[in-house]
Amino acid sequence: MERNPMRRQLAIMRQSLFDQGYLDEQFIQLEELQDDANPNFVEEVVTLYYRDSARIILNLEQALERKPFDFNKLDGLMHQFKGSSSSIGAKKVKAECTLFREYCKSGNGEGCTRAFQQLKREYATLKRKLEAYFQLARQAGPAETACCRKE
Amino acid sequence: MGMATEAQFHVLAVDDSLIDRKLIERLLKTSSYHVTAVDSGSKALEFLGLNGSHEDGQRNPSPASVSLDEDQHQQDVEVNLIITDYCMPGMTGYDLLRRIKGSSSFKDIPVVIMSSENIPSRINRCLEDGAEEFFLKPVQLSDVNKLRPHLMKGRSKEMQQNISKRKGMEEILTPDRTRTRYNELEVV
Repeated sequence: MERNPMRRQLAIMRQSLFDQGYLDEQFIQLEELQDDANPNFVEEVVTLYYRDSARIILNLEQALERKPFDFNKLDGLMHQFKGSSSSIGAKKVKAECTLFREYCKSGNGEGCTRAFQQLKREYATLKRKLEAYFQLARQAGPAETACCRKE
Repeated sequence: MGMATEAQFHVLAVDDSLIDRKLIERLLKTSSYHVTAVDSGSKALEFLGLNGSHEDGQRNPSPASVSLDEDQHQQDVEVNLIITDYCMPGMTGYDLLRRIKGSSSFKDIPVVIMSSENIPSRINRCLEDGAEEFFLKPVQLSDVNKLRPHLMKGRSKEMQQNISKRKGMEEILTPDRTRTRYNELEVV
């Protein structure tokens, strides 16, 4: 049990990200790869994700401006984006990716456009929440003992 | 004997995704492997010293200007295992697998394939064509733990070859001892 109130708040924030379905098990896998030698691994990966995926989002936007839609290209881009999102445990974002790909497969352009808008919303929401989380983590300081790290 | 028995295993990781490269690198380093991560099959071949000089129809632009005979690059850089993504632009992980297994210098390097898509025919084809394992992404620590036996097997084969070379004609186990062992099975 965390004695530090900030650490407790951090634990609550973290738990709600899982409870509300923003993050899945994969995020925990990332946390398990973090240690004293790599104390910021999770934040590094997430930062890299947002930087890298910004490029894919731009490509998707550009592809969605060209009519008629090249569904193969769109699906290919989304496959990449889904992969990265899955790797960081971005559960809701990943679900939107899956939906988008289904629309691609059925050639539903309107569906794709809608799904993409929703995806961007989820993507932005997660970014905000994770930024707040990492900021609090930095303020809260290191955990007292390793066993309390994941409380 | 002076063998570097505790030398780190060196894994070559191949993935076009920046995130997945970072992840696989961390997973491998956590398991105390030395890692080289590259972003394409052609860069992997280049790293090994196997460029496209023998292949016709190789569409990847090869930056190597010198056409080298494959045998001249007999394990310049020692790689103990290759782990590669399946879906990559240009050369897929499967293409890379075929190139490695088709190479006299490198065919004994264990190859592991990773993919985000669970397609049984794809998995079977890779395993049939020589991949040791097929991991579904995202790859986890429990997957990376499965690599060790393949690495140990490679090393013990390598050591066995070195021992045979050094001892020359001398037999490691004398025929007499072998016979004795098998003939004296006792119920304890």
